[in-house]
Amino acid sequence: MDAVILAFGLVFEPYVLMVIVLSAIYGLFVGAIPGLTATMATALLVPVTFFMAPVPAVAAIVTATAMAIFAGDIPSALLRMPGTPASAAYTDEAFLLTKKGQAELALGAGLVFSVLGGIFGVLVLIVAAPALAEVALKFSSFEYFWLVMLGFTCAIFIAGTDPLKGVVSLLLGLLIACVGLDNPAGAPRYTFGSAELTGGISLIPLMIGMFAISEVLRFASGVDKPAMAIDRPFGNVFAGMWTLIKKYPLQLFRGSALGTLIGALPGAGADIAAWMSYAMSKRFSKEPEKFGTGHVEGIVESGAANNSALGGAWIPALVFGIPGDSITAIAIGVLYLKNMNPGPMLFVENPQNIYAVFIVFLLAQLLMLPLGWGAIKVAKRILRIPATLLMPLILLFCVVGSFAINNTLFGVIIMLVAGVAAFFMERWGFPVAPTILGVVLGTMLEEHFFSSLIKADGNFWVFFERPIAGTLGALTLLIWGWPLLKSLLARRPV
Amino acid sequence: MRSSDRWTGTALALLGLAVLWSARAFPSVPGQKFGAGFLPMLVGAGLVVCALALIVRSWRGAAYPGGAAGDATDGEPRREHFGSSLVIVAAVIGYIVLAERLGFLIVAPLCLVASFLALRVKLKPALFWAVAGTIFVHVAFYKLLRVPLPWGVLRPFY
Repeated sequence: MDAVILAFGLVFEPYVLMVIVLSAIYGLFVGAIPGLTATMATALLVPVTFFMAPVPAVAAIVTATAMAIFAGDIPSALLRMPGTPASAAYTDEAFLLTKKGQAELALGAGLVFSVLGGIFGVLVLIVAAPALAEVALKFSSFEYFWLVMLGFTCAIFIAGTDPLKGVVSLLLGLLIACVGLDNPAGAPRYTFGSAELTGGISLIPLMIGMFAISEVLRFASGVDKPAMAIDRPFGNVFAGMWTLIKKYPLQLFRGSALGTLIGALPGAGADIAAWMSYAMSKRFSKEPEKFGTGHVEGIVESGAANNSALGGAWIPALVFGIPGDSITAIAIGVLYLKNMNPGPMLFVENPQNIYAVFIVFLLAQLLMLPLGWGAIKVAKRILRIPATLLMPLILLFCVVGSFAINNTLFGVIIMLVAGVAAFFMERWGFPVAPTILGVVLGTMLEEHFFSSLIKADGNFWVFFERPIAGTLGALTLLIWGWPLLKSLLARRPV
Repeated sequence: MRSSDRWTGTALALLGLAVLWSARAFPSVPGQKFGAGFLPMLVGAGLVVCALALIVRSWRGAAYPGGAAGDATDGEPRREHFGSSLVIVAAVIGYIVLAERLGFLIVAPLCLVASFLALRVKLKPALFWAVAGTIFVHVAFYKLLRVPLPWGVLRPFY
């Protein structure tokens, strides 16, 4: 209980509260501008959080991302362009509502159900994370090895559409993780005699490159000039929301639960949660024929799902150090920088920090109501800011941010190479998420694999002997074997 | 898409072979059969296998799921300006090469102007925002966050 009181003290401090409000406004802004994603918001925040204490640093990320995922709904409804990929699933639906003169309904539902879904995700995080941490304290290298493998598997088979390319992406990530001295033999790998490379590839410049520079390049190579769909002041966006909650309680629950689950699975985040929820909503709806014509039901369900995914993603990130989505992949990097190494020990040694994160999460959801309302009010003005002015400024910010992590230009080089690589990977259909997971978890995989091998002493079955390790291992092998089985079965009739 | 798979596959196969070749040289952990070369070995082998699968698949031309968002299969014709992207990449390379020599306050506005113009911003606003953006970043990072941004030739005026 003391820890909880301490945690409140950590959060309700003028400095931390100011950070929360500022990052909320920043998150709303970034989320509302098409082409700027929530992950990019996080990547751009990192150089600034670098100079903060752990709690405000994490608070900034948590708040900004929650706001950005909601704010992505705003241009969906007004421009038919998702502000972040997480809103893409129901962009058409929201835009059609606006066309029908119901912009308030589309935006209001986006806001209210984002908040409710977000709260659901946080509550699951608050209940599940400490309980899981309790279990995780007893984990040995075998369990961690299989957890990492299962994480990779999820990223490839659940998040990706093309498993083969997903595997390639993962292998490239693992290769990046190989660089440096951080391996069981302590030998320099792929350092090419460079002192900069012996420390390995810095995670933060890499992420800034993959998530921000690649977006800038993508923006520069495309041309999209959408038109505003509404030219009148907004009415009350909260009107009719209570009716919606009463009409669609099941949808709200289903979307939030699925979103939290997808968020918790490594490699899949808010965007995939929204797509899956939208599909599920249509599948189980009593009026599926209305979907795609400007029907609010899908917005309710997937709008709740993408925000709940954020909370879900922090569960494996805090408990095992395995990121649930690309945002937490960056956040884990920040936690390491702050000496708040994720893992079950975090819950034992620094419970007040964990509780503080929980409190910030809830606070962010509650703040979303007034600030989100305000963002909708000024939306038309924000959306009039030309992205052509923003992108070069973001570029400069990325350059300086990558430099600031270690104060070397080498960070900028990593950022540029990663950005160009991610740009081409996306074009050629290679998903980026498995690469990130490979980079973040490569060292962990190698470490646990080696200690397991030493313990196993040549006996492969030891990997499956402990009950949890065995279950995780069997599950991993089953998912790997499944497409093979399926294709074998499917091919037989030919 | 399929033809791009063919040559990305070839490039990946070559990369995989290089990784496999390099992995032999890494030392093993004393007293263990495996060492620093084990993970690179797995990665290299995996890359070669996946690359071959990619190449075979693209030659067979079988229908398969996936495809990038910007893929030609979208149906919508998309005009693209790779020129703008190239200018932006060049601007960052220019920063990397020149920042230490000339200093942030000279190189940053040049990079910004180049990027603005590449994105078809008119010259006057481009100049204005380049200067304003540089001052903002300088104040935020150098003054407030104390990041030692390079001074270069401006050192005497520091």
